[in-house]
Amino acid sequence: GPFGLGREALPEEVAAWNLDIAPDGTGLPEGSGTAEDGEMLFSESCAACHGEFAEGVGRWPVLAGGFGTLDRMDPVKTVGSYWPYLSTVYDYVRRSMPFGAAQTMSDDDVYALTAYILYSNSIMEYDEVLSNETFSEIEMPNADGFIVDNREEAEAHFWKDEPCMENCKDAPVEITMRATILDVTPEETAAEEAAASEEAAAEDTAAEAPAEETEVAMAEPDPALVEEGEGVFRKCKACHKVGEGARNGTGPALNGIVGHPAGAVEGFRYSNAMQDAAADGLVWTPEELGAFLAKPRDYMRGTKMSFVGLRDEEEIKAVIAYLSTFE
Amino acid sequence: APDPLITEVQPWASGLGEGVDATPYGLPIKYEDDVVRRNVDWLTADTISSINFTPIHALDGTITPQGCAFERHHSGAIELRKEDYRLMINGLVDTPLVFTYADLERFPREIHTYFLECAANTGMEWAGAQLNGAQFTHGMIHNMEYSGVPLRTLLEEAGLDTAGDLSDKWIYVEGADASSNGRSIPMEKALDDVLVAFKANGEALRKEHGYPVRLVVPGWEGNMWVKWLRRIEVTDQPIESREETSKYTDTLADGISRKWTWVMDAKSVITSPSPQMPITHGAGPLVITGMAWSGRGAITRVDVSLDGGMTWQPARLGKAGDSKALTRFYLDIDWDGSEMLIQSRATDETGYVQPTKDALREVRGENSIYHNNCIQTWHVKENGEAENVEVS
Repeated sequence: GPFGLGREALPEEVAAWNLDIAPDGTGLPEGSGTAEDGEMLFSESCAACHGEFAEGVGRWPVLAGGFGTLDRMDPVKTVGSYWPYLSTVYDYVRRSMPFGAAQTMSDDDVYALTAYILYSNSIMEYDEVLSNETFSEIEMPNADGFIVDNREEAEAHFWKDEPCMENCKDAPVEITMRATILDVTPEETAAEEAAASEEAAAEDTAAEAPAEETEVAMAEPDPALVEEGEGVFRKCKACHKVGEGARNGTGPALNGIVGHPAGAVEGFRYSNAMQDAAADGLVWTPEELGAFLAKPRDYMRGTKMSFVGLRDEEEIKAVIAYLSTFE
Repeated sequence: APDPLITEVQPWASGLGEGVDATPYGLPIKYEDDVVRRNVDWLTADTISSINFTPIHALDGTITPQGCAFERHHSGAIELRKEDYRLMINGLVDTPLVFTYADLERFPREIHTYFLECAANTGMEWAGAQLNGAQFTHGMIHNMEYSGVPLRTLLEEAGLDTAGDLSDKWIYVEGADASSNGRSIPMEKALDDVLVAFKANGEALRKEHGYPVRLVVPGWEGNMWVKWLRRIEVTDQPIESREETSKYTDTLADGISRKWTWVMDAKSVITSPSPQMPITHGAGPLVITGMAWSGRGAITRVDVSLDGGMTWQPARLGKAGDSKALTRFYLDIDWDGSEMLIQSRATDETGYVQPTKDALREVRGENSIYHNNCIQTWHVKENGEAENVEVS
């Protein structure tokens, strides 16, 4: 070029980064997969946030369903109900998912996961093969649901020769809605926040007091079970950290959680439900923790933990064994 | 009685202050420690893929300090050293190129001041008054002076014939983080005023704003200002990535959605008084101030209403508006201590006048999420407190 700066990109460098896939399929790698292949993968790598059936967990994205809701209040926008191009699903999953471990899936795995998401939306059959060959045969339900920005025509009346200055409304102005009624605004000043955290700290102390008596003696966990638990914990990792330097995230850090009082991790803002349970002296014995992990929202109505729960008794045991290794 | 702050010798007038180098890179004085970004934790599932808000209620002028300019990440703010930075240009160019950070610093540079507004700014207010503070209703915005290289220069370096017919060409830009946050931009815009920037307000970009290099797409929604910019591909079609299909598209009342709604329309908000900035001095001289901006050009006029939009008066612009940059406005009044319903209304150089919320809803319904540029109302009470309200 004119400045002679930079160097020519090598073909393997372009290949490594040039991953985007266009709506017409340009850029799709060779490969294939079915929903059947994708089901376990989805359960292991995606379900912690998106739900076992792609129904979404908490505020994480819902991937399935929502058909017929786009013209209603609070439409449910999913791959099935909203996304106009299948290429976007493959492109996004391959480059950016799973959350925290992007670009770790093989191309075949991404075909299988894409097929599973389509199956969850009743767009593909369970054993139907999705591949670079069959890709263009899939029809996305909302493909025709988009128009190009038409503000300059549809909103032409917002361009005015002269804005109104006098008598701009027909009737006297009245307040029709107030934000304070909802009361969803975060606390405003640092002083208030400090006061709140002092209060929380005081509550923590209160909750800890009975704990010393009730602390549970733990047997050394089985190493094989711990290893299995580490695998299970992948479902928890997006929200919970453990190990050296673990900090609170969406959920509290979990070092030392097994056998310790509930609702007592410093600096974490618990739900009222968890605070009440802590005040009542709840301690996370393996039994209590197991019951919580099986069905969090049934165990504790109003918990902030949006995880659907671990269905398998063995997984629960394993993850508790794993957690018990962190002091 | 005489003021002891004047009549008595104060410690700071007798003893010594801190020496130089006490803070090699300074932070604001501790008395200003409430002027910080804040997030709204119920908005998103996790802070890694989330947003926070600039404390616009407490700022004046037009430039946003980097340290309190809002953040929006899709896979967290990464740490990428200049030495490890690579920018690739590929696709429909003569020669695909790789630049290092040092290479970028050798191209002729420009400086420009632009606002960056997230398309979702004010998005929580479609269905009604919800968040009680200008920081939360309008704080997904910042305004900085960028130093960088015009994208046109880099594309020409890769052999793109910018004099030829490029009307059906696009660029696709992506970041180096796990989300990659790719976006497609029509070539006309890419060659017009897009910058590849590496300094903001005179110093290196902050990590949270894309250090060491980000894209600047003046007047267009913030999601397109790709951070940690690593690749620019010239294509003959838009890629229709996740961020331009499933997100950043605007669903209308009939269920049809607008796409490619890139431009940020003219908008304004009164930052003080506001819910976080009550009037504490009672009746008498009062400065009403706020900011206005438009992605279509310069702000030419801002009007302020004290009666919920029945009557309006022109505000004073702090200085003449720059194209696609924040403008500060003031209305200096003698407040009689009575209730007010204060609003501001921006007009830009194309003649676009900021609409009321009702006027927007008439065209778009309440489910658009993005591009809510409606007139905001604060109810200022006799005691000086203000609240976010909607009016008839």
